[in-house]
Amino acid sequence: MNGLALFAHQFRYDQKAFWRNPASVFFTVMFPVILLLIFATVFGRQTVNVRGGIKTTAYYVPAIITLAVISATMQSLAMSLVIAREDGRLKRGRGTPMPAWVFIAGRIGNSAVVALLMLALMAAIGRLLYGVAIPWSQLPQIVVTLLIGAASFCCLGIALTAAIPSQDAAAPIVNALLLPLYFLSGVFIPDDQLPSGVIHFADLFPIRHFFEAFFDVYDPGSGGGLQWDNLAIVAIWGVAGLLLAIRFFRWTPRGG
Amino acid sequence: MGDAVISIRGLRKSYGEFEAVRGIDLEVQAGEVFAFLGPNGAGKTTTVEILEGYRKRSGGEVEVLGVDPEHGDRAWRERIGIVLQSCRLDPYLTVRDSLGLYAGYYRAPRPVDEVIELVGLAGKADVRASKLSGGQQRRLDVGMALIGDPELLFLDEPTTGFDPSARRQAWETIAGLRDLGKTVFLTTHYMDEAQRLADRVTIISRGQVVASGTPDDLGDRESLPTTISYRLGGEEVSVETTTPVADLHRLTERAIAQGLELEGLEVTRPNLEDVYLSLTADGEEA
Repeated sequence: MNGLALFAHQFRYDQKAFWRNPASVFFTVMFPVILLLIFATVFGRQTVNVRGGIKTTAYYVPAIITLAVISATMQSLAMSLVIAREDGRLKRGRGTPMPAWVFIAGRIGNSAVVALLMLALMAAIGRLLYGVAIPWSQLPQIVVTLLIGAASFCCLGIALTAAIPSQDAAAPIVNALLLPLYFLSGVFIPDDQLPSGVIHFADLFPIRHFFEAFFDVYDPGSGGGLQWDNLAIVAIWGVAGLLLAIRFFRWTPRGG
Repeated sequence: MGDAVISIRGLRKSYGEFEAVRGIDLEVQAGEVFAFLGPNGAGKTTTVEILEGYRKRSGGEVEVLGVDPEHGDRAWRERIGIVLQSCRLDPYLTVRDSLGLYAGYYRAPRPVDEVIELVGLAGKADVRASKLSGGQQRRLDVGMALIGDPELLFLDEPTTGFDPSARRQAWETIAGLRDLGKTVFLTTHYMDEAQRLADRVTIISRGQVVASGTPDDLGDRESLPTTISYRLGGEEVSVETTTPVADLHRLTERAIAQGLELEGLEVTRPNLEDVYLSLTADGEEA
């Protein structure tokens, strides 16, 4: 089998395992949907004082898509790789003729597909329930932005596994990193209500930059060009993650 | 080397100051079930993981199917199957899924249904791994190691922690491998497992070989002393002897002459468990 066939084989089974796992379906698919419904319902009638004033719902749709993409990539990969590593399943796979990259590639493919699906799902909910227009003319820019973000956050998720010692530690470590950054980066709280010091702090991390880049291509009022400066910072984080992953990723269980 | 499938000479492995393996020599021939027996911490898993290509050795020569495992490539991996000591299955994949996934890793896999039959999971093909018993999960592990139709199979402590019925199930599956003509390298710390399954046994303790042979003549059992025991006047008497026939004759002759009955008279040869325990007695505390 050539590389593509091997990847397709692995990807097919990774998809099966993903959709049968209630935890991965809840946290990756249902949780962002629930967040969007809550935020849009609670704050839906207000306006946000950014970009000349827009409806809260028009703010939260791209915000929660940002979260959903990070959740499908960084969070989902870090969790599933640590679980597979500690189960001994990565080690077992390394004992077969399968090239090592296939195991990682299958999961990255899974993350990319789920991220694109979440984009479609959230955009549809935003349009149908809250009348947030889907910016069809922006589709190429949206997909490019999403894929640069997805690739970068995949690398960060793989790198993060090196810092997670056990299955039990996976969820606390991932959430302790991501949840505060969602708040500080304006994903949960619109950035007109955040002190500028907080935004400056959040600017040190990739979530804020990915959110800004994605917001700009998703919101029709803001010109809609690709934000190369923000995307470059996201990509630099991704490359750093890739280098750390290559150096520190391990295939064998840490516990015992 | 003849048709040795595994050949090890002077194998050493250190972790920092600690020497886990201290000069092991052994050969495994094609088609045999070879048991590598020793207490916990004796160096079994270290050795088997060097053979499987998971660990680098500190010294010595190792060949597995004619290849140094440190340089084992895809073609070499096609020829071996591995059951790790502790490896959980993907709980959301069925028996058929797990085997189908692994079948895709090999150039010429055995048919999935044939392997399901072989490891005795015919009624469980569409059951998820999380719903299988411990013994059934272990048999699926063996199935996943068999799916590529390997010549050589490594089984690292395949029944540790199992209840008796799960052990018996796993044993039946392993015994069946011999009929397929596979060479099996089995590590275990159960004497009865080695006795039941293996053609040849090597016992290690503290990283060194302490005995080697067939399960029957292991540890030079024939030359070990026999125990004669009986009760006389309510007192337990026990004598160890290397000439049991003559001693027993003298004992019974005297008893008959004096009209005594020797209650609970017993003549016992050391069993394999005794041999194993005496050989590895030092290693257990290490």
